[in-house]
Amino acid sequence: MTNAWVIATIVAVIAGVVGFFVVLRGSAFPAHAIPNGAFAGAAGANLLGANTLVGLGVFSLLAALGIGRLGRRGRHDVATALALVVMLALGAAFLSRSSEYEPVIYSLLFGEVLGVSSTEIFPVAVLGLVCIAAVIFLYRPLMLSSVVPEIAEARGVRADRMEMAFLVVLAAATTITVPVVGALLIFSLMIGPPAAARSFTDRPPLAILLSVGIALVTVWAAIASSYESNWPIGFFVGAIGAFSYAVGRGWAAWRRAA
Amino acid sequence: MHWVFEPGFFSSQPVHVAVVVGGVVAVVSGVVGVFTVVRGQSFAGHTLTDVSTAGGSGAFLLGLNPLLGFVGIGVVGAGTMDLIGVQRVRGRDLATGIVLGAATGLAALFLYLDTTERATTGATQQILFGDIFIVDPSTIPVVVIFSVIALGAVAAIYRPLLLSSMSSDIAAAQGVPVRLVGLLFMLALAVSVGLSSLAIGSILSTALLIGPAATALRLTRRVGSAMVVASVIGVGATWLGVLLAYDSFYWGSSQQSLPVSFFIVMVTFALYLASGLPVVQTVTGRRASDRPTEEEPRSPHS
Repeated sequence: MTNAWVIATIVAVIAGVVGFFVVLRGSAFPAHAIPNGAFAGAAGANLLGANTLVGLGVFSLLAALGIGRLGRRGRHDVATALALVVMLALGAAFLSRSSEYEPVIYSLLFGEVLGVSSTEIFPVAVLGLVCIAAVIFLYRPLMLSSVVPEIAEARGVRADRMEMAFLVVLAAATTITVPVVGALLIFSLMIGPPAAARSFTDRPPLAILLSVGIALVTVWAAIASSYESNWPIGFFVGAIGAFSYAVGRGWAAWRRAA
Repeated sequence: MHWVFEPGFFSSQPVHVAVVVGGVVAVVSGVVGVFTVVRGQSFAGHTLTDVSTAGGSGAFLLGLNPLLGFVGIGVVGAGTMDLIGVQRVRGRDLATGIVLGAATGLAALFLYLDTTERATTGATQQILFGDIFIVDPSTIPVVVIFSVIALGAVAAIYRPLLLSSMSSDIAAAQGVPVRLVGLLFMLALAVSVGLSSLAIGSILSTALLIGPAATALRLTRRVGSAMVVASVIGVGATWLGVLLAYDSFYWGSSQQSLPVSFFIVMVTFALYLASGLPVVQTVTGRRASDRPTEEEPRSPHS
């Protein structure tokens, strides 16, 4: 149980920080596509008997590079959609070839936080630190190119390079978080809390802190309710995420009216 | 011919059903998909597929026909997205994302209950990845009715929809109820996605919606002819997928077939990549300097 709390806390911090930029840049679709691609990687790794974390990493990186590459020529949302379905189709093919039981597929898609072992914590913590360090390192140019891309270009920050760098950070964050909350629900954690945080404050550093805070509360509450009710953690993450966004929207509307 | 069509392909009833359902669904997805790509609503389209996952698993839980679940909850999801602001370009990404997050949460719960309460195995796999070979023949009339509804809706609002997709400002100035047209289109999209969820599974129906349409818009700029091309590509990819999946049972020694949806996606993606080749672009009269419709919907302003 302690393992679950530790790992969920790491996941929440990463999702809160990276998610802030996802919301700021309007990258919700790639943030949804990359974890789904990673799911295919996990299925492939299962089939080959390789380490799941390696499969997740390779495929989420492939998805990130694919989206960046295809997006250069076609429309961005089309590129993302196509990269997403190709990855998922590979996942479906891998699954049909392997003799995995349904609960394994289910936990990859929807998360299995209570089954985390203590040996899994170390690599996740290291990758998490790398992720946070990358965001700190990229903070100023990333912020500039997300908010005012024209000024960023004029100062020599290339939008396409920034996009690629951000997609890679997203891929790293995905690799860490998918085994815990699942491919489909890491997305909720990256969107709900930061979106809510942005309705409360306009100041970026404060919004990031708030976003991490809401993500932590979401995950902790989700684990506790999941433990009590035996229902999947993913359901609670999704529901609390949407709820916090609704509260944020309500707060913003109330403040405008007042 | 037997090395192309493995034994029993033409006499197999599941194959007949798959060819009919797959063909109908591919036409609807092609027509609706062209507008989805032109309007830049791929994300909304994909979200509706995940929303319909929740519907499909919910229907499974209640013992209803999965198609009713797929389509029914899709319509609710489309309405919710419209309500919390899909029509504004800024913020629609977020509105879509929130609906997507909530829907996947629900899907998680329903699938969990499916496997525990009803002790059914295979629900997760079947709803998410679909299996066109086990579609019940009695579903065909329902599929056709929903397809006619979706196509009829697009046909009825064709001109105002086209105008508001190109420039919502001009459409509004001409008296087009832009919001209403957008909502009607989202509903048609929800029905279309529900249909393809049945055929190739909710997670992969995005492929049939976006792939053929994006390819067609690289080959022709006219929306009308793009719809025809997209439908043809979609039907071709689906039938080829059915054939390959059927044949794959005989490949190697494993005696295990690969999923139909896998082949449909791969064929669609290969065609999309091929349509971007310089040779194809020259043949169809599109030069590199031409900004295709797919890149940017042309606004009458410029």
